[in-house]
Amino acid sequence: MQGLEKLMLERATALLQSGEVDRVIGWKRGESYYDNSPATFTKDNLEGFVYNGFCGANLSKYLVAESKKEGKMLVFLKPCDTYSFNQLLSEHRIEREKFHVIGIGCNGHLDINKVYAEGVEGILSMTEDEDNLIVETVYGEKRVEKEKVLLVKCETCKSKEFAVADETLVVGEMKPAKSNRFDVVKELEAMTEEQRYAFWKAQLSKCIRCNACRNVCPACTCINCVFDNNASGIAGKANSDEFEEKLYHIVRAYHVAGRCTDCGECSRVCPQNIPLHLINRKFIKDINENYGEYQAGAEVNARNPLVNYTKTDVEASEVVDGGDK
Amino acid sequence: MHRIGVFVCHCGSNIAATVDVERVSEALSHEAGVVHSVNYQYMCSENGQQLIKNAIKEHSLTGIVVCSCSPRMHEATFRKTAEAAGLNPYMVEIANIREQCSWIHKDIEEATEKAIVLARTAVAKLTLNKPLIAGETGVTKRALVIGGGIAGIQAALDIADAGYEVDIVEKNPTIGGRMAQLDKTFPTLDCSACILTPKMVDCAQHEKINIYSYSEVDKVKGFVGNFKVTIKKKARYVDETKCTGCGVCMANCPSKKGLNAFNMDLNTRPAIYIPFAQAIPNVAVIDPEQCIKLKTGKCGLCSMKCGVGAIDYKQQDTFVEREYGAIVVATGFKPISLENFNEYGYADNKDVITSLELERLMNAAGPSKGTLVRPSDGEHPHVITFIQCVGSRDVSGCGKPYCSKICCMYTAKHAMLIREKYPDTQVNVFYIDVRTPGKNYDEFYRRAVEQYGVNYIKGMVGKVYNENGKLMVQGSNLIDNEQVTIPSDLVVLATAIEPDPSVKDLATKLTISIDTNNFLTEAHAKLKPVECATAGVYLAGVCQGPKDVPETVAQASAAASKVIGLLAKDKLKGNPCVAHANEMTCTGCSQCAEVCPYGAITYENKEFRIGGGKTEKRRVASVNPAVCQGCGACTVTCPSGAMDIHGFSSAQILKEVEAICKR
Amino acid sequence: MQEIEKKEKKPLIVAFCCNWCSYAGADLAGSSRLSYPAEVKIIKVPCSCRVNPIFILKAFQRGADGVILCGCHPGDCHYSEGNYRTRRRMGLLFSMLNYLGIEKERTRIEWVSAAEGAKFSAVMNDFAKTINELGENRRLEDLRCKD
Repeated sequence: MQGLEKLMLERATALLQSGEVDRVIGWKRGESYYDNSPATFTKDNLEGFVYNGFCGANLSKYLVAESKKEGKMLVFLKPCDTYSFNQLLSEHRIEREKFHVIGIGCNGHLDINKVYAEGVEGILSMTEDEDNLIVETVYGEKRVEKEKVLLVKCETCKSKEFAVADETLVVGEMKPAKSNRFDVVKELEAMTEEQRYAFWKAQLSKCIRCNACRNVCPACTCINCVFDNNASGIAGKANSDEFEEKLYHIVRAYHVAGRCTDCGECSRVCPQNIPLHLINRKFIKDINENYGEYQAGAEVNARNPLVNYTKTDVEASEVVDGGDK
Repeated sequence: MHRIGVFVCHCGSNIAATVDVERVSEALSHEAGVVHSVNYQYMCSENGQQLIKNAIKEHSLTGIVVCSCSPRMHEATFRKTAEAAGLNPYMVEIANIREQCSWIHKDIEEATEKAIVLARTAVAKLTLNKPLIAGETGVTKRALVIGGGIAGIQAALDIADAGYEVDIVEKNPTIGGRMAQLDKTFPTLDCSACILTPKMVDCAQHEKINIYSYSEVDKVKGFVGNFKVTIKKKARYVDETKCTGCGVCMANCPSKKGLNAFNMDLNTRPAIYIPFAQAIPNVAVIDPEQCIKLKTGKCGLCSMKCGVGAIDYKQQDTFVEREYGAIVVATGFKPISLENFNEYGYADNKDVITSLELERLMNAAGPSKGTLVRPSDGEHPHVITFIQCVGSRDVSGCGKPYCSKICCMYTAKHAMLIREKYPDTQVNVFYIDVRTPGKNYDEFYRRAVEQYGVNYIKGMVGKVYNENGKLMVQGSNLIDNEQVTIPSDLVVLATAIEPDPSVKDLATKLTISIDTNNFLTEAHAKLKPVECATAGVYLAGVCQGPKDVPETVAQASAAASKVIGLLAKDKLKGNPCVAHANEMTCTGCSQCAEVCPYGAITYENKEFRIGGGKTEKRRVASVNPAVCQGCGACTVTCPSGAMDIHGFSSAQILKEVEAICKR
Repeated sequence: MQEIEKKEKKPLIVAFCCNWCSYAGADLAGSSRLSYPAEVKIIKVPCSCRVNPIFILKAFQRGADGVILCGCHPGDCHYSEGNYRTRRRMGLLFSMLNYLGIEKERTRIEWVSAAEGAKFSAVMNDFAKTINELGENRRLEDLRCKD
């Protein structure tokens, strides 16, 4: 990872110096090793530029605002983030020529809470060997199995392919994820209606309606979200009851259905650890199984399955029954 | 402030017998926004409408709810009433308390309660109604007739005679259609060509009629009054403007083995041909699949022999875009394929023929010059057996569930003509029922039985097989309750008819609906028999349902009169219940444009103020209200809720949902 | 208010019907005097594709026990393709509701033509029977609205 960070910084510096780009968006170190946030950099200020195992954030959504600015920007995109970039291009939310895309290799990013759970604190730096992380802490060196501390979205990484990139920086080999991203959806489908109801009631009742999932979602780029718009008939700022929780998450998932690239940011940022990606993934699974395999953002200007149809589509009831198989 | 009037109709006893109308109007008078609530015996009557008009003026009503029959029945009526009293016609809502309440419920309590809910729901929706003003569009004073059979010809002549331009688009090289193939027409037995060809000539010579033969409708855009149609003129390899129809090319063509479709493939024709002697236009066409020159590059005889240099082997399909105010669909029919009816031995025996083939065999211009002979050996048949309802009234799935309607009459015609011309011939007809209603129709059939001695056998045929050169027709005689086997020389199948297959594709292009049998659907089975649900499109002939020549001509004239009525107008009022985008919330994602079936949505980059004296350019959707038909597909696709529809806004529907669910 | 509470609570069914086929089918059921339960209340929409999932969720929120969408038969849409879109949209929505544990019987799509008054009535009778058997919808109801 350190090797990659060095290469990224070199390219960023070179592109800024040559004037090919005016700004860079990447990650900036916070107070601690694991406390990194998306940030923009300029030629005169590349201080704090960082890339380590705690850079899971998808930078694509920031580009909606950046695209409106003058000049060209360098953006670093992990394979899964490139799909979001393409999807935003398809929806005319960003302009391609405003960005220089460097695809960066990725073998999964880490969840600090999971690292804590492994009893590792006071992190100073990290290196990797094979399947383990070697963590240098204020209490000495610790070893952690990487698989155990991956972000949920990285456990079932959907792709190591770059859907778009002007150039790529990859150090070492990118290994495919060990588990299938639809496994948990299948488990839920196998439950009875009552069990599923109980599961989601328990999960969604945790929702505090902080809107973090919506705000981070690269598909949620509406100027005025229906939940903030009094004219929509469903505006609301708090979960006043059980229905409201469901309504919010169903509508949110439905609005991004066919456009969601399964980047997993919603679950990553949820302060209540609600597995929101399982809602989006259900839509993806249903689309794949009933209307043909589709990966949003794999191609620019591909037709979203929800704005498409075939005359021989299955009836709605068969889509529902498909879940019980 | 809303000042809503509620008008509860008794519909005589249709509503009042099951719904306590007094209670409904009383309950509604307490609804928020309602300032006037009454009931009356017949709201749609002159007096009822006057009562509404008076109330609108007297109580300064801002909107009205009429609790009555279905809006499909009288919404337009009450909108006019409102408009006459100075109220915007879109400030009217109908609560359907007849079809969807009083007529289906027996319990007065239950029906009354439901009527109150339905009325409250209408009031709730009305509180969000906005006055709408229908846009006006011009009318292109030209009509398109698709199909050049008798239906298309009649419609075109009528429209042209009223002084409007008409284009006929015919997919075949000549107009005339199926009627041109017929020998005689029932019930008068006059020669089909004698009555049809003069009309064909009238078309060709009419200064207002333009015939696109050997052409197809490629694309249709636009809407009533303003259709833009792309017509594909298929390459006929003959310059229409030069060809004189002399026929020298046909005589010299060395490739003579093409099946003659006009004669139902009963004989052959050259690769360059004119379908029949009276073809309009009387211009040759080359079959590219058969022409030696087009296939191999060698030959070119026709070009050498042509005195006017009309042959053009390099001709390509061309496309013309034309504008029309109205469209008549008259695409006609074809006999069904008999592949599912092996029991009649059609595929295996040359002497088992369809009725349309018989028409050609009996026609003086047909393959046997009008002498009735067996296709297999050219001999005169002595026993001819007709089988009716082949593929009609068939619910087994092999054929068509409907009655083809014309077969009983033409079979009687065939039987009679044969008995008249060849009195030594025995003619049998197997039938399920004989259906010959119509002026002089039943008399016609009875003449076949009583005067011409045609042997009608009530019963179905199970099998036709060849035994020593005789066609054995095995069937049941239900009157005598016995099985019969009739050795015959010729068997004629009264084959079911179905809409021309091209109509399916055309229906999609015109966005008109089609039923399970591929017949086009009229706007109303009784009251709008020639109109389509899509404004500006009219139906004529068998494309709408089975009919004979007189009915087809009548319907074509009816369609023409509707077209004339439309073209006579200078301006048309549009439907204001169309989509519109809120530019402040539209993100320009383009998903709505992808679901719009009419291409009504386009995008533009617009400058918006974003505060602090700054502006921002944003891509936003824009709906062409003249093209939008108001389906609402875009409204659901739009994640930001920027798309909405006048008259069916999301807020209105949500308000209705709330009102219905309020307990 | 008290008067309403005294009565037995009947299930509530919201039926969205497209203007061209199903609403006309409902009218035909009416003119043919083919009854179906009064708990079925119809909302007219131009096309089944006008039905936003939000409308359906709102109905459940406000206490509907079942929601049914009726449109023209596939291939017969007045707008040529609206019902095809509905079929996909609702396939996904209904599947999602079931995934969240909502009984799948509470949502339904039926294609009813303007000629199928008998079908309209049969469908509504059957749906009402199903909803009656399922009982009150407790899984998607806005508790605020019950008071």
